[in-house]
Amino acid sequence: MTAISALGFDHVSMEFPGVKALNDVSFDVRAGSIHALMGENGAGKSTLLKILSGAYTPSDGALVIGGERKVFTDTAHALAAGIAVIYQELHLVPEMSAAENLFLGHLPQRFGVVNRRALAAAARKQLDFIGEDIDPWTKLGQLSLGQRQMVEIAKALTRGARIIAFDEPTSSLSDREVRRLFTIIRELKSRGCAIIYVTHRMEEVFELADRITILRDGRHVETSELAHLTRDAVVQRMVGRKLADIYNYTPRAHGGTGLVAEGVCGPGLTEPCSFAAEAGEIFGFFGLIGAGRSELMKLLFGATAKSAGRVTVGGKPFEIDSPREAIEAGVVLCPEDRKKEGVIPVRSVLENINLSARRRKARAGVLIDESWEQSNAKERCAQLRVKTPSVRQLIRNLSGGNQQKVILSRWLSEPVKVILLDEPTRGIDVGAKSEIYVIMQDLARSGVCVIVVSSELPEVLGVSDRIAVMRQGKIAAILDRADANEEKLLKLALPLETARAS
Amino acid sequence: MATDSSPTARKPIAEFFDKAGMLVVLAILFFGCSVFVENFFSLANMKGLALAVSMTGMVSCTMLFCLAAGDFDLSIGSVVACAGVLAAVVMNRSESITLGVLAALGLGAAVGFVNGFVVAKLKINALITTLATMQIVRGLGFIISGGTAVGIGLEDFFGLGNSAFLGVPTPVWITAACFAMFGFILNRTVFGRDTLAVGGNSEAAHLAGIAVTRVKIAIFTAQGVMAAFAGIVLSSRVTSGQPNTSQGFELEVISACVLGGVSLTGGVGSMAFVIAGVLIMGIVQNAMNLMNVATFYQYVARGLILLAAVLFDRWKRRKP
Repeated sequence: MTAISALGFDHVSMEFPGVKALNDVSFDVRAGSIHALMGENGAGKSTLLKILSGAYTPSDGALVIGGERKVFTDTAHALAAGIAVIYQELHLVPEMSAAENLFLGHLPQRFGVVNRRALAAAARKQLDFIGEDIDPWTKLGQLSLGQRQMVEIAKALTRGARIIAFDEPTSSLSDREVRRLFTIIRELKSRGCAIIYVTHRMEEVFELADRITILRDGRHVETSELAHLTRDAVVQRMVGRKLADIYNYTPRAHGGTGLVAEGVCGPGLTEPCSFAAEAGEIFGFFGLIGAGRSELMKLLFGATAKSAGRVTVGGKPFEIDSPREAIEAGVVLCPEDRKKEGVIPVRSVLENINLSARRRKARAGVLIDESWEQSNAKERCAQLRVKTPSVRQLIRNLSGGNQQKVILSRWLSEPVKVILLDEPTRGIDVGAKSEIYVIMQDLARSGVCVIVVSSELPEVLGVSDRIAVMRQGKIAAILDRADANEEKLLKLALPLETARAS
Repeated sequence: MATDSSPTARKPIAEFFDKAGMLVVLAILFFGCSVFVENFFSLANMKGLALAVSMTGMVSCTMLFCLAAGDFDLSIGSVVACAGVLAAVVMNRSESITLGVLAALGLGAAVGFVNGFVVAKLKINALITTLATMQIVRGLGFIISGGTAVGIGLEDFFGLGNSAFLGVPTPVWITAACFAMFGFILNRTVFGRDTLAVGGNSEAAHLAGIAVTRVKIAIFTAQGVMAAFAGIVLSSRVTSGQPNTSQGFELEVISACVLGGVSLTGGVGSMAFVIAGVLIMGIVQNAMNLMNVATFYQYVARGLILLAAVLFDRWKRRKP
């Protein structure tokens, strides 16, 4: 079969101050083919997509489209060349209707007046194609997150793109929406479009993709037919070493009171929640999105006020009404949304690490201890292997995995009794993940009570000593590691009506 | 791995501009004016220049904190005027300088606290909140004074604004002390670093145990006190409380801060650059006065400089 190259990357390099994000990357993407792009965080996938979309101009090399070498200096050039890049973050206007969002920037018009009938018809057609049965005039803000993601996808298709890149499209979709998305992608493939599919989820790659390109540290490792590779081979090429069991679970002795919650009520919970996590234990929370796990964590941390219930830590009453008091009592939280609730993007790695501990270390409680801050930041970066040119680097220049490590090291600088980890490995590559699991084990071994929330079944099963399953705002069950398996957890987590129906 | 080598990929000139930015512009401007503007580089003019920027300088210290925390304050011009008037009225009635000064500072603290409370606790946008207090306080100034300037009868009070130490006017010393003090607070204290964290991402700061509401209220209160203090110094200089004074002062102060690279979205700001911003504004105005540029044109020039500064800043940042 002679394959037609729809898009080529020709010796593409991208340099940022202190970092070579892409180093001489070359490979082809074929028309009528789904091409997976994989690599750890910081491997260069996002940079590559940004070059494709015209958001970045490569410092060296070019794209080859239809035999022509091209370097985009503007996103408009990429759009004109038939390229659509669909990002994880939505680029939509919540105050406008779905129809207007779909055709944002090229609304059907007559003498500058929007042709509403033509708009509605065109929007209808697009929504039908993606199988969304929604009124085109619904305000976008009223749609669910998954529906919005589908609208974003439909929007990218309105300009008739022939080269379409998806960046982790399934992260906010329900299972049903994922199935629908896959049908759409296959349809696009059969129409001869070239699809680039970026994800961390191995199952999706093996279900969907024809070919795969693996990047590591900004370099091209391999491009091949997916049929030639096994999952283990892909992971091995991504991390550059063999990974036996990324969870590294070893049984630990644990005991002694850690965190005990009795009848905790508050926003996001439908029934009082009770559980007892021991010191030295890794206590998992599994549930679907919206089951109330993050809300429970925020209540325990004092970020939202609980309306009833009692919490004790180490046997002592834990009565707090702010995160600050929680931290002083040795209870800390790594929040779910790293970007919104975790990092201070415009400040340095050093400041982000010392954000909390500097209060305790300050001379007379007021003056910053600069030498301590410097040495603590360096020590933590070395301990967690944070990849940064300097501790003075702005944290927003780091990859997601490294940002997460910085937030973890913020709490390793404090005397912690209980650590609440809300989706600690979301959007993080395999290497960083396994490092974070090691840190969790180390914390538990030193007697810290580790409470971890996760939506990933293998993860929660892999790391936890016990697992609480949450469903619709309450704790449905608490299982021992030995009794838990994927099927049981899922059954407990699904809303009752759905469980009965299936 | 964390190593402390600075990135070498960058051209040294660009690197230098990044670090020194406005300080270089200030140096060039100062040198240029010294050479080309007659009478600019003279002792008398330097004194006049320093005195002219002293009020903006004082208040820009607290405005820096306000902006760094992601807010801003439009009420300061009104506070300057109202505090001056109140000081004058209280001094005339009570025959006590101390009482007059305390009353004015108390007014500033009260206005600042209200601003902070409404913004931080009731979560009302700072623009709306301080736009409202700006008008309320301006009105109070007129009410207290009866609409006209209030002459001050206590001559001892005039020393604050009109004396000099080692040949340098007292207000200039005060401003220099403010620069040093607030620069120290911003860089070397937990409060200063917390301020930048709150401006950079208030939700993350809250979850890291920073008392966001308290920090913001403290900043606004300090801002009110500082503006009131500037009003007292001004009333001493002009020997009266003027209800009409300092209209548009808030914009002058914010301009100086922005010129000094303080981000309006919060989280970024340094005292050295703010001082540079204050001086650049002052020098330009001073030079235009010396060259007899009509006031109308001065407004245009000041606006253009501000626009140029932010465009320069954006251009600098655009490069990855």
